Amino acid sequence: MDVVINGEHKRVTPGASLLDVLSQLELDPRAVVVEHNRKIVRRAGLSDVTVSEGDAIELVHFVGGG
Amino acid sequence: MTTAVETIRDEPLTIGGRTFQSRLMVGTGKYPDMDTMVRAIEASGAEVVTVAVRRVNLDRSKESSVLHFLDPKKIFLLANTAGCYTAADAIRYARLAREAGFNDFVKLEVIGDEETLLPDVAGLLEAAKVLVQEGFKVLAYTNEDLITALRLEDAGCAAVMPLASPIGSGLGLLNPFSVRTIKRRLHVPVIVDAGVGTASDACLTMEQGVDGILMNTAIAAAQDPVAMAQAMRLATIAGRAAYLAGRMPRREVAMPSSPTRGMLD
Repeated sequence: MDVVINGEHKRVTPGASLLDVLSQLELDPRAVVVEHNRKIVRRAGLSDVTVSEGDAIELVHFVGGG
Repeated sequence: MTTAVETIRDEPLTIGGRTFQSRLMVGTGKYPDMDTMVRAIEASGAEVVTVAVRRVNLDRSKESSVLHFLDPKKIFLLANTAGCYTAADAIRYARLAREAGFNDFVKLEVIGDEETLLPDVAGLLEAAKVLVQEGFKVLAYTNEDLITALRLEDAGCAAVMPLASPIGSGLGLLNPFSVRTIKRRLHVPVIVDAGVGTASDACLTMEQGVDGILMNTAIAAAQDPVAMAQAMRLATIAGRAAYLAGRMPRREVAMPSSPTRGMLD
Protein backbone atom coordinates (compact mmCIF):
# COMPACT_ATOMS: atom_id res chain seq x y z
CA MET A 1 0.00 0.00 0.00
CA ASP A 2 1.32 3.41 -1.02
CA VAL A 3 1.37 6.43 1.31
CA VAL A 4 3.20 9.75 1.16
CA ILE A 5 5.58 10.32 4.06
CA ASN A 6 7.38 13.66 4.19
CA GLY A 7 6.62 14.12 0.53
CA GLU A 8 8.08 10.74 -0.50
CA HIS A 9 6.05 7.77 -1.74
CA LYS A 10 6.55 4.85 0.64
CA ARG A 11 5.10 1.35 0.76
CA VAL A 12 3.61 0.26 4.07
CA THR A 13 1.86 -2.93 5.14
CA PRO A 14 -1.93 -2.74 4.64
CA GLY A 15 -3.67 -2.27 7.98
CA ALA A 16 -0.59 -0.69 9.55
CA SER A 17 -1.07 1.84 12.33
CA LEU A 18 0.94 5.06 12.55
CA LEU A 19 3.02 3.40 15.27
CA ASP A 20 3.74 0.50 12.88
CA VAL A 21 4.82 3.01 10.22
CA LEU A 22 7.27 4.62 12.63
CA SER A 23 8.68 1.26 13.61
CA GLN A 24 9.04 0.28 9.93
CA LEU A 25 11.08 3.48 9.46
CA GLU A 26 13.06 2.76 12.65
CA LEU A 27 11.95 6.04 14.20
CA ASP A 28 11.50 6.51 17.94
CA PRO A 29 7.92 7.75 18.56
CA ARG A 30 9.25 9.92 21.41
CA ALA A 31 11.54 11.77 19.00
CA VAL A 32 9.03 12.77 16.32
CA VAL A 33 5.72 14.57 16.04
CA VAL A 34 3.24 12.97 13.66
CA GLU A 35 0.76 14.71 11.42
CA HIS A 36 -1.70 12.44 9.60
CA ASN A 37 -3.70 14.01 6.76
CA ARG A 38 -3.03 17.46 8.28
CA LYS A 39 -4.16 16.40 11.77
CA ILE A 40 -1.69 16.05 14.64
CA VAL A 41 -1.83 12.61 16.27
CA ARG A 42 -0.68 12.44 19.86
CA ARG A 43 1.95 9.90 20.83
CA ALA A 44 -0.53 7.87 22.91
CA GLY A 45 -2.92 7.63 19.96
CA LEU A 46 -0.43 6.49 17.32
CA SER A 47 -1.42 2.83 17.59
CA ASP A 48 -5.13 3.68 17.24
CA VAL A 49 -4.85 5.30 13.81
CA THR A 50 -4.78 2.96 10.81
CA VAL A 51 -3.28 4.36 7.65
CA SER A 52 -5.03 4.11 4.29
CA GLU A 53 -3.86 4.16 0.68
CA GLY A 54 -2.69 7.66 -0.35
CA ASP A 55 -2.59 9.10 3.18
CA ALA A 56 -0.27 12.04 3.75
CA ILE A 57 1.96 11.64 6.79
CA GLU A 58 4.38 14.25 8.07
CA LEU A 59 7.05 13.33 10.60
CA VAL A 60 8.84 16.32 12.10
CA HIS A 61 11.37 17.07 14.79
CA PHE A 62 13.55 19.95 15.97
CA VAL A 63 16.59 21.01 13.98
CA GLY A 64 19.01 23.90 14.36
CA GLY A 65 17.42 27.29 13.76
CA GLY A 66 17.41 30.88 14.86
CA MET B 1 33.88 46.73 49.50
CA THR B 2 31.25 46.56 46.80
CA THR B 3 32.38 45.61 43.34
CA ALA B 4 30.97 47.33 40.31
CA VAL B 5 28.98 44.26 39.37
CA GLU B 6 27.26 44.11 42.74
CA THR B 7 26.02 47.67 42.32
CA ILE B 8 23.90 46.68 39.32
CA ARG B 9 20.32 46.46 40.52
CA ASP B 10 18.36 44.38 38.06
CA GLU B 11 15.43 42.04 38.05
CA PRO B 12 15.35 38.78 36.19
CA LEU B 13 13.58 38.67 32.85
CA THR B 14 10.09 37.18 33.01
CA ILE B 15 8.23 36.14 29.86
CA GLY B 16 4.86 34.44 29.95
CA GLY B 17 5.31 33.54 33.60
CA ARG B 18 8.79 32.02 33.13
CA THR B 19 11.80 33.71 34.69
CA PHE B 20 15.21 33.75 33.06
CA GLN B 21 18.53 34.97 34.47
CA SER B 22 20.22 35.56 31.11
CA ARG B 23 19.01 38.30 28.80
CA LEU B 24 20.82 36.73 25.86
CA MET B 25 18.98 34.13 23.80
CA VAL B 26 20.69 32.18 21.06
CA GLY B 27 19.82 30.13 18.01
CA THR B 28 21.14 26.73 16.96
CA GLY B 29 21.38 27.16 13.19
CA LYS B 30 24.34 27.42 10.82
CA TYR B 31 27.08 26.15 13.15
CA PRO B 32 30.05 24.46 11.48
CA ASP B 33 29.43 21.39 13.68
CA MET B 34 27.39 20.31 16.70
CA ASP B 35 30.31 20.31 19.13
CA THR B 36 31.00 23.99 18.35
CA MET B 37 27.30 24.75 18.79
CA VAL B 38 27.19 23.10 22.21
CA ARG B 39 30.31 24.93 23.40
CA ALA B 40 29.09 28.26 22.01
CA ILE B 41 25.72 27.96 23.76
CA GLU B 42 27.54 27.15 26.99
CA ALA B 43 29.86 30.16 26.54
CA SER B 44 26.92 32.47 25.78
CA GLY B 45 25.28 31.68 29.12
CA ALA B 46 21.91 31.66 27.33
CA GLU B 47 19.00 29.80 28.86
CA VAL B 48 16.59 30.28 25.99
CA VAL B 49 17.72 28.46 22.86
CA THR B 50 15.75 28.48 19.62
CA VAL B 51 15.10 25.51 17.35
CA ALA B 52 13.21 25.02 14.09
CA VAL B 53 10.62 22.42 13.11
CA ARG B 54 11.47 20.37 10.02
CA ARG B 55 10.76 17.00 8.46
CA VAL B 56 12.85 14.14 9.80
CA ASN B 57 15.32 12.75 7.32
CA LEU B 58 13.88 9.31 6.60
CA ASP B 59 17.30 7.88 5.79
CA ARG B 60 19.56 9.37 8.45
CA SER B 61 17.12 10.41 11.15
CA LYS B 62 19.31 9.45 14.07
CA GLU B 63 21.89 12.12 13.33
CA SER B 64 19.81 15.14 12.44
CA SER B 65 17.77 16.13 15.51
CA VAL B 66 19.32 18.98 17.44
CA LEU B 67 17.97 17.39 20.64
CA HIS B 68 20.72 14.77 20.50
CA PHE B 69 23.06 17.60 21.48
CA LEU B 70 20.96 19.80 23.79
CA ASP B 71 19.66 18.94 27.22
CA PRO B 72 16.10 20.30 27.55
CA LYS B 73 16.48 20.08 31.33
CA LYS B 74 19.29 22.64 31.28
CA ILE B 75 18.05 24.98 28.56
CA PHE B 76 14.65 26.34 27.60
CA LEU B 77 13.74 25.25 24.08
CA LEU B 78 12.01 27.96 22.08
CA ALA B 79 10.60 26.61 18.82
CA ASN B 80 10.30 29.01 15.93
CA THR B 81 8.12 29.09 12.85
CA ALA B 82 11.00 30.14 10.62
CA GLY B 83 10.43 29.61 6.93
CA CYS B 84 6.66 30.16 7.14
CA TYR B 85 5.21 32.67 4.69
CA THR B 86 1.54 32.50 5.70
CA ALA B 87 -0.37 32.70 8.98
CA ALA B 88 -1.79 29.21 8.32
CA ASP B 89 1.67 27.68 7.90
CA ALA B 90 3.01 29.39 11.00
CA ILE B 91 0.03 28.14 13.05
CA ARG B 92 0.61 24.61 11.71
CA TYR B 93 4.31 24.68 12.65
CA ALA B 94 3.56 26.12 16.11
CA ARG B 95 1.08 23.34 16.84
CA LEU B 96 3.57 20.68 15.74
CA ALA B 97 6.26 22.27 17.91
CA ARG B 98 4.04 22.30 20.97
CA GLU B 99 3.22 18.63 20.43
CA ALA B 100 6.89 17.83 20.99
CA GLY B 101 5.96 18.40 24.60
CA PHE B 102 8.52 20.83 25.99
CA ASN B 103 6.50 24.03 26.52
CA ASP B 104 3.81 26.18 24.96
CA PHE B 105 6.12 29.03 23.92
CA VAL B 106 6.64 29.82 20.26
CA LYS B 107 8.79 32.34 18.46
CA LEU B 108 6.32 33.35 15.80
CA GLU B 109 7.71 34.32 12.42
CA VAL B 110 5.60 35.00 9.36
CA ILE B 111 7.96 36.08 6.62
CA GLY B 112 6.74 38.37 3.87
CA ASP B 113 9.62 38.56 1.42
CA GLU B 114 12.35 36.14 0.41
CA GLU B 115 15.05 38.69 -0.28
CA THR B 116 14.82 40.68 2.95
CA LEU B 117 13.09 38.09 5.17
CA LEU B 118 11.13 40.99 6.60
CA PRO B 119 7.98 40.01 8.49
CA ASP B 120 4.48 40.02 6.99
CA VAL B 121 2.88 41.95 9.83
CA ALA B 122 -0.71 41.28 8.71
CA GLY B 123 -0.09 37.53 8.68
CA LEU B 124 1.83 37.82 11.93
CA LEU B 125 -1.06 39.50 13.74
CA GLU B 126 -3.53 37.00 12.34
CA ALA B 127 -1.43 34.02 13.48
CA ALA B 128 -0.68 35.62 16.87
CA LYS B 129 -4.40 36.03 17.63
CA VAL B 130 -5.14 32.38 16.82
CA LEU B 131 -2.18 31.01 18.78
CA VAL B 132 -2.86 33.17 21.84
CA GLN B 133 -6.44 31.82 21.81
CA GLU B 134 -5.00 28.31 21.78
CA GLY B 135 -2.97 29.03 24.89
CA PHE B 136 0.43 29.61 23.29
CA LYS B 137 2.91 32.05 24.79
CA VAL B 138 3.68 33.94 21.63
CA LEU B 139 6.98 35.80 21.13
CA ALA B 140 6.37 37.67 17.92
CA TYR B 141 9.22 38.50 15.54
CA THR B 142 8.32 41.84 13.95
CA ASN B 143 9.52 45.07 12.37
CA GLU B 144 10.74 47.93 14.49
CA ASP B 145 7.32 49.49 13.98
CA LEU B 146 5.55 50.80 17.08
CA ILE B 147 2.00 50.36 15.82
CA THR B 148 2.52 46.70 14.92
CA ALA B 149 4.21 46.15 18.27
CA LEU B 150 1.22 47.69 20.07
CA ARG B 151 -1.20 45.52 18.08
CA LEU B 152 0.81 42.42 18.93
CA GLU B 153 0.69 43.31 22.60
CA ASP B 154 -3.08 43.90 22.33
CA ALA B 155 -3.40 40.48 20.70
CA GLY B 156 -1.95 38.95 23.88
CA CYS B 157 1.63 38.21 22.83
CA ALA B 158 3.92 37.32 25.74
CA ALA B 159 6.79 39.29 24.19
CA VAL B 160 7.40 41.40 21.12
CA MET B 161 10.61 40.93 19.16
CA PRO B 162 11.50 43.82 16.89
CA LEU B 163 14.44 43.30 14.57
CA ALA B 164 17.72 45.19 14.79
CA SER B 165 18.20 44.65 11.03
CA PRO B 166 17.31 41.83 8.59
CA ILE B 167 17.87 38.22 9.67
CA GLY B 168 21.44 37.08 9.12
CA SER B 169 22.55 40.50 7.83
CA GLY B 170 24.87 41.45 10.68
CA LEU B 171 24.10 45.13 10.01
CA GLY B 172 23.52 45.87 13.69
CA LEU B 173 20.90 48.11 15.27
CA LEU B 174 19.70 50.32 12.41
CA ASN B 175 16.94 52.15 14.23
CA PRO B 176 17.68 52.69 17.92
CA PHE B 177 14.97 55.35 18.18
CA SER B 178 12.18 53.00 17.06
CA VAL B 179 13.36 50.18 19.28
CA ARG B 180 13.55 52.55 22.24
CA THR B 181 10.07 53.86 21.49
CA ILE B 182 8.66 50.33 21.35
CA LYS B 183 10.28 49.53 24.69
CA ARG B 184 8.92 52.71 26.25
CA ARG B 185 5.35 52.09 25.09
CA LEU B 186 4.94 48.35 25.64
CA HIS B 187 4.26 46.57 28.91
CA VAL B 188 5.28 43.08 27.75
CA PRO B 189 9.00 42.31 27.39
CA VAL B 190 10.74 43.59 24.26
CA ILE B 191 13.43 41.27 22.93
CA VAL B 192 15.42 42.47 19.94
CA ASP B 193 15.74 39.61 17.48
CA ALA B 194 17.95 39.39 14.40
CA GLY B 195 20.58 41.55 12.76
CA VAL B 196 23.36 42.02 15.30
CA GLY B 197 26.81 41.32 13.89
CA THR B 198 29.27 41.78 16.71
CA ALA B 199 29.52 42.56 20.42
CA SER B 200 29.18 46.34 20.09
CA ASP B 201 25.83 45.80 18.30
CA ALA B 202 24.58 43.71 21.21
CA CYS B 203 25.81 46.24 23.71
CA LEU B 204 24.23 49.18 21.87
CA THR B 205 20.97 47.24 21.58
CA MET B 206 20.84 46.50 25.30
CA GLU B 207 21.68 50.15 26.05
CA GLN B 208 18.30 51.08 24.53
CA GLY B 209 16.69 49.50 27.58
CA VAL B 210 15.18 46.46 25.89
CA ASP B 211 14.64 43.36 27.99
CA GLY B 212 16.78 40.98 25.99
CA ILE B 213 18.34 40.07 22.69
CA LEU B 214 18.21 37.00 20.47
CA MET B 215 20.89 36.16 17.95
CA ASN B 216 22.11 33.24 15.88
CA THR B 217 24.27 34.07 12.86
CA ALA B 218 26.46 36.61 14.70
CA ILE B 219 27.74 33.75 16.83
CA ALA B 220 27.44 30.78 14.47
CA ALA B 221 29.10 32.54 11.53
CA ALA B 222 31.93 34.13 13.53
CA GLN B 223 35.38 32.77 12.79
CA ASP B 224 35.48 31.49 16.37
CA PRO B 225 31.85 30.98 17.44
CA VAL B 226 32.73 30.00 21.03
CA ALA B 227 34.82 33.15 21.56
CA MET B 228 32.09 35.30 19.97
CA ALA B 229 29.47 33.70 22.21
CA GLN B 230 31.54 34.74 25.21
CA ALA B 231 31.88 38.27 23.76
CA MET B 232 28.12 38.46 23.25
CA ARG B 233 27.49 37.32 26.81
CA LEU B 234 29.71 40.10 28.15
CA ALA B 235 28.31 42.71 25.73
CA THR B 236 24.74 41.91 26.71
CA ILE B 237 25.62 42.26 30.39
CA ALA B 238 27.59 45.47 29.72
CA GLY B 239 24.81 47.05 27.67
CA ARG B 240 22.22 46.20 30.29
CA ALA B 241 24.43 47.56 33.07
CA ALA B 242 25.06 50.79 31.14
CA TYR B 243 21.33 51.22 30.56
CA LEU B 244 20.62 50.74 34.27
CA ALA B 245 23.48 53.05 35.20
CA GLY B 246 22.00 55.83 33.05
CA ARG B 247 24.28 57.48 30.54
CA MET B 248 25.44 61.08 30.78
CA PRO B 249 23.64 63.65 28.63
CA ARG B 250 24.98 64.27 25.14
CA ARG B 251 26.47 67.75 24.56
CA GLU B 252 27.41 69.53 21.38
CA VAL B 253 30.31 71.30 23.10
CA ALA B 254 33.25 70.08 25.15
CA MET B 255 33.38 70.25 28.93
CA PRO B 256 36.83 69.93 30.50
CA SER B 257 37.26 67.03 32.88
CA SER B 258 40.14 68.66 34.72
CA PRO B 259 39.84 71.89 36.79
CA THR B 260 40.19 75.14 34.79
CA ARG B 261 41.37 76.93 37.92
CA GLY B 262 44.90 76.57 39.31
CA MET B 263 46.60 76.78 35.96
CA LEU B 264 50.12 78.31 35.93
CA ASP B 265 50.56 81.88 34.67
